[in-house]
Amino acid sequence: MTVWKYGDSINTDMLFPGKYTYTCSTADEVIPHLLEDLDPTFHEKVEEGDLLLVGGNFGCGSSREQPVLGLKAVGVKAIIGRSFARIFYRASINQGLILIECPDAVEAYRDGDEVDIDIEGGRITVGGKEFSFPKLPPQILEIRDAGGLLNYARKKLETRG
Amino acid sequence: MNEVIIVGKTFVEKVLAGKAGADEVVPGQIVTLRPDHLLTHDNTAAIVGKIGPELDRYGVVDPDLPIIVIDHVVPAANEKTATNHKRIREFVKRHGIKNFYDTGEGVCHQVVVEKGLARPGQVIVGSDSHTCSYGAVGAFSTGIDRTEAASLLLTGEMWLRVPPTIKMTLKGSFDKGVYSKDLILHIIGDVSASGAAYKTVEFHGDISGLSIGDRFTIANMGVEMDSKGAIFQVDDTTRTYLKEVGVGEGDYHEVWADEDASYYDERDYDMSDVVPSVAAPHQVDNLRTVEELKGLSFDQCFIGTCTNGRYEDLKVAADILKGESVSKGTRLIIAPASRMELQKALADGTISTLVDAGAMMLTPGCGPCLGAHQGVMAPQERTISTANRNFKGRMGCKEAEIYLASPATVAATALYGELTDPRELLS
Repeated sequence: MTVWKYGDSINTDMLFPGKYTYTCSTADEVIPHLLEDLDPTFHEKVEEGDLLLVGGNFGCGSSREQPVLGLKAVGVKAIIGRSFARIFYRASINQGLILIECPDAVEAYRDGDEVDIDIEGGRITVGGKEFSFPKLPPQILEIRDAGGLLNYARKKLETRG
Repeated sequence: MNEVIIVGKTFVEKVLAGKAGADEVVPGQIVTLRPDHLLTHDNTAAIVGKIGPELDRYGVVDPDLPIIVIDHVVPAANEKTATNHKRIREFVKRHGIKNFYDTGEGVCHQVVVEKGLARPGQVIVGSDSHTCSYGAVGAFSTGIDRTEAASLLLTGEMWLRVPPTIKMTLKGSFDKGVYSKDLILHIIGDVSASGAAYKTVEFHGDISGLSIGDRFTIANMGVEMDSKGAIFQVDDTTRTYLKEVGVGEGDYHEVWADEDASYYDERDYDMSDVVPSVAAPHQVDNLRTVEELKGLSFDQCFIGTCTNGRYEDLKVAADILKGESVSKGTRLIIAPASRMELQKALADGTISTLVDAGAMMLTPGCGPCLGAHQGVMAPQERTISTANRNFKGRMGCKEAEIYLASPATVAATALYGELTDPRELLS
């Protein structure tokens, strides 16, 4: 498992350039441009189960959801950050991508540290030190547990008939 | 008997309580509601592409819910974007979407406001981060992702967390040559690009001197401090503007915060302290005064976008460039925010003045702002722009630089080819 470290104020243009926004929409189209202006070889090297460790205001800027779609599709297990921009946070819930807002865990991480996440318990262990993070409210967890917002909406529509 | 303490409510607490059918709501609470409108643009085709079988089976929940404006890459730049536009038109026809505006009508946010679709007290969400613009006319509006928009087309329903509110009180008035763009850059520089994260901003104080355009510029950039809505109180300026766009006072319900509302933070800004400013690369909160960077050379100057592409913005630029020429070695690009704003600028000769000075005119729409086409820069080039973002790569080239400024500062810079304080030309 690799921990990919990035700094503060990483905006969605760096995660997925705006020039592709209206020509690339599916995960297959998005992946070759994922993090193109931040870390151009990321999409080739990232592996299923990897983590991102990021600074503050991660995902700020445009509402484009391709970064979330792409990071989920390449198998990123979770993003641990100091803080996340609002629309990016919401988009991650809607795709079932796990975000952990925990500045202390970001601060504590040293290269090579083991990182262990207990999502249900709201706890994260970094290099043997344990930290807690706020859990999502039950209504929101329902969306994530349904496998994202569209599956959740589909279920609701079926119940209504 | 327990003492009952009644605490006043903020704007957003009142609006969300009303929409959710609750007596009252508190920050942090999650409410379920049906927004008044859902805005989507060129991303409509991708959104409806996610829910093809469901649309066949259930249809669009309410044909009056969506507002669709094709504005991001207009006219189409290539076969792929043309096909995208065609799919949107097919969807609109098939589902009887009433509020549809095709290429050339303008940037979606300007169109929503000038067609009278955004009204005080409403909740509007859109799959574009600058949906927060409608706070200019007293609506709560905020950005969402494409998946959320797809879900809304089917269900009409969404959850929102009631945000805490930051109260910003504006005092005094601008000096000559200083504009609402300078103020919002100053505010973002002060609170930082994440300074209003998960919070709504209310603007109080001396707002009577600010036009709807000024308020639009400020509300539009609310998302650049990560706010979930940036709202102005409805006053006579709003009521007059709404009347002009066909919305009478009986068509909406004005909502504003109580005097004793409880705020997360309160900040005061004296407008007479604000000076011509720029956001330097590559963050909107990288605030510098024009004075500090005076003389910096620019290859390209851009006036337009939902932030600053209205008639009043073009007029300020024309007043500076009248009878003059854009400096050799510098390009000036103009993209009006909408057809309606372009018509105003045509009627009084503003466009002639700009074209005479050497400006290039583009179709009303997003133009070069997002780097998809039109006015893309080469590596090591530098643009000064009236847009709302200066992120690396934003205008299509990651080795180019973008500075954000007011239309007056951009026009003054076009005149000399280097960063120029508009106060020097207006005195």
